[in-house]
Amino acid sequence: MLLPFFEWCEATFLGRVVRESIWMFPVLEAIHLVGLCILGGAILVVDFRLLGTGLKDSTIAELDLQARPWLTTGVTILLVTGVLLFLSEAIKCYYNTSFWVKILTLPVALLFTYVVRERFARAATYTSAYSRWVGSADMLLWFIVAAGGRWIGFS
Amino acid sequence: MRSFLEWLGNTSWSVSLLESFWVWPLIESTHVLAIMLFVGSAMMMDLRLMGLRFGGVRASDFTSRLLPWTRGGFVVMAITGVLLFYSAPLRYYYNIFFRFKVLLLIVAGINIWVFHSRIHRSVGEWDLDDAPPTAARVAGAVSFLSWTLIVIAGRMIAYNWFDCDLQPQPGLVNWAAGCILPGE
Repeated sequence: MLLPFFEWCEATFLGRVVRESIWMFPVLEAIHLVGLCILGGAILVVDFRLLGTGLKDSTIAELDLQARPWLTTGVTILLVTGVLLFLSEAIKCYYNTSFWVKILTLPVALLFTYVVRERFARAATYTSAYSRWVGSADMLLWFIVAAGGRWIGFS
Repeated sequence: MRSFLEWLGNTSWSVSLLESFWVWPLIESTHVLAIMLFVGSAMMMDLRLMGLRFGGVRASDFTSRLLPWTRGGFVVMAITGVLLFYSAPLRYYYNIFFRFKVLLLIVAGINIWVFHSRIHRSVGEWDLDDAPPTAARVAGAVSFLSWTLIVIAGRMIAYNWFDCDLQPQPGLVNWAAGCILPGE
């Protein structure tokens, strides 16, 4: 049912440009990884604090506020490069289990971080049983997204 | 060097590591995912040093409370990185991106040493400053830039565009990759 959409993606102008260039895919992948570093740092600084470790002298709300612009920077870099990488090999992705694991977990992770975690962290000061739960769930979701992404290339 | 690496790459563990169906991809994935912890947390500290974010958070908090996690991430990176090198030593040794990455690692390492042995000593005087002194900001910028380039170079190692067995290559490439050409 979705295959025609993936075929359309692969035939787009941008998809073709990336596919037909020898260096574009590698460069986009490398920038995708730099985005992953920024996202990882911005996510973990807050998640560690929610778990009660890391930058404990600051409140959860304070760290959340400080990390947020870099979180959004990382997400933006990843989305822009990720969409371009996807367009260049959409049909391969359609038949790739890891891709589906990643792409279905991604919206959950984004919603969890920007809605559930954000609402809680904005008003939270100290670690609690609930904050530990939020921090662990957030790390797990992003781990699945990142691991699924890496595994697209192996399967 | 060449004969040592040749011997290393022919050891039975190296061969089975390279040919393994699960182990090599798992080691490689661990190496890639650990950048979220290692490079990620290092970059957050760099941003604090550059005064770009985390004002109100003590710089010494990063070095005392976050740094153990960064170090943990580095240990994972180093172990998996050495194993990956061990799986194909000759290939990496003559890979231009690998060589570039090693050079950048040395730059990043010297920067860490200068920061901790000199700049960080006076942290008490600027711990809560939104914009730390110039030396600290430069160290943060050098670190951020070098780790960014290390990640990019690391990803590029996978591509064989400039491999020695793909000739002709520009002289500069052959020199940088250390290629031994026939007749030399």
